[in-house]
Amino acid sequence: MLEGKEGRAVQKSMEILAALGEIFGAERLIPVSSVQVAGVSYHNLGDAGLEFLEYLAKDGKVRVKTMLNPAGMDLEKWREMGIPEDFAEKQMKVINAFRNLGITISCTCTPYLAGCSPKRDEHIAWSESSAVCFANSVIGARTNREGGPSALAAAITGRTPFYGLHLDENRRPRITVDVRTAVSGEHEFGALALATGRKTKEKIPLIRGVKKASLEELKSFSASFPTYSGAAMFHMEGITPGRFSAPEEHIEVTRKDLEDAVKFLNDENGIDFVSIGCPHCSIGEIERIARLLKGKKVSRETWITTSRNVKEQADKKGFTQIIESSGAKIVCDTCLAVAPLKGRFRTIATNSAKGCYYGRGSNAFRTRFMSLEECIKEAVGA
Amino acid sequence: MIMKGRKISKGKASGEALVSGKTISFYGGVDPNTGLIVEKEHDLEGRSIAGKVLVFPTGSGSTVGSYSLLRLKKNGKAPLAIINRECETVVAVGAIISDIPCVDRIDISKIKTGQKVKVEGDSGNVEI
Repeated sequence: MLEGKEGRAVQKSMEILAALGEIFGAERLIPVSSVQVAGVSYHNLGDAGLEFLEYLAKDGKVRVKTMLNPAGMDLEKWREMGIPEDFAEKQMKVINAFRNLGITISCTCTPYLAGCSPKRDEHIAWSESSAVCFANSVIGARTNREGGPSALAAAITGRTPFYGLHLDENRRPRITVDVRTAVSGEHEFGALALATGRKTKEKIPLIRGVKKASLEELKSFSASFPTYSGAAMFHMEGITPGRFSAPEEHIEVTRKDLEDAVKFLNDENGIDFVSIGCPHCSIGEIERIARLLKGKKVSRETWITTSRNVKEQADKKGFTQIIESSGAKIVCDTCLAVAPLKGRFRTIATNSAKGCYYGRGSNAFRTRFMSLEECIKEAVGA
Repeated sequence: MIMKGRKISKGKASGEALVSGKTISFYGGVDPNTGLIVEKEHDLEGRSIAGKVLVFPTGSGSTVGSYSLLRLKKNGKAPLAIINRECETVVAVGAIISDIPCVDRIDISKIKTGQKVKVEGDSGNVEI
């Protein structure tokens, strides 16, 4: 493959993987069962990135199931989002290059809810930080956090260097965290991840004391944890797969820590934008939102972000119709963290601790952090 | 003097060295259109990396930085070659996709800005 006998895209991909293997001391390459590619927004790729993708697409094809990170816009409803025509045209060229490479055009941070569910101990090469954390921690699959080109190289060759979180010894917990308070709701799990991540930094924690956690709560934790720590995975006793003895180094997270985290995520009032769906909403969350919005009208701009796959399920079940009748928008392929929304809104209400970080950083929003139910109340203005 | 390093990205180049003691984040730290270092309080702030043999300890920052190196190359503002003390993912991948020769595991304290440097990406040799 490295000599170019299988084409230029394969050759370039092998050069990337060989260099990474060398840098990280990997003994060999291993097969991966699925890939999620970062570097989808034209905003970050520029014309040079677009040309590179088109170059790879000339003779390259992905060898395994491959999906994409969220893009900078809804690929169908970009006009409604206020995206300029020239940006949309370039963004669609990027998407076309990915399509020509054989990639499934599913731009989501939740591939595991959109038709790509790896099994425990399966090796994969995913990119988006919350998806990587969920796959490693909740599913027990194995992936490093890939950048755009390294994920593409894995997709085109079906392989990745054997290092980092692919290896048992790097997945063990290094610090024990005792949670001394009850936690419930997506937003509280996001706040718990923030409070934990700030203390555990780059160490993988073994978190004890959480009695139960729903899929949505773990999705929220998996988004917030890598945002506020330096680690790409966690263990939660009784909830995530894998059994470990507790590491000696030990910390506690108290009610006060949780309240401090919530306080940190709350700026002043004056909400003009409500956004739920960071990470992208599950069908369960969409159902809850539809129930809350039934027969009501929103008084503020409201976005429910999700994957196209989940939106299709919502269409069939009638949830889309209920939500859109209220004036709220269901937006696919993108989210508040990657869509260019700077200057359009001042203060956002969200149930996502990660969304607060990127809303502040990328889009210069002030943030109000609350439960899904409270967000919808704010949207309606009751 | 020939220093033996590790091959990261193939190709040969020789030119004038531009040496930094700081890490470089190609996403956000360098303007992809001009090749100027724009990171505040960087020791190369305001300097152009275009056409230089860029010498710095290691890369940092977002993985989007690999595409930023490619944008520099297409805009004719990329460095001729890169020498690191220890290369990391963002710079390694960026150099490979942009066809910029890159070598690491070099004692970069031996190289001074303005010196003529020859980089051989295939062998990992650096000559000053």
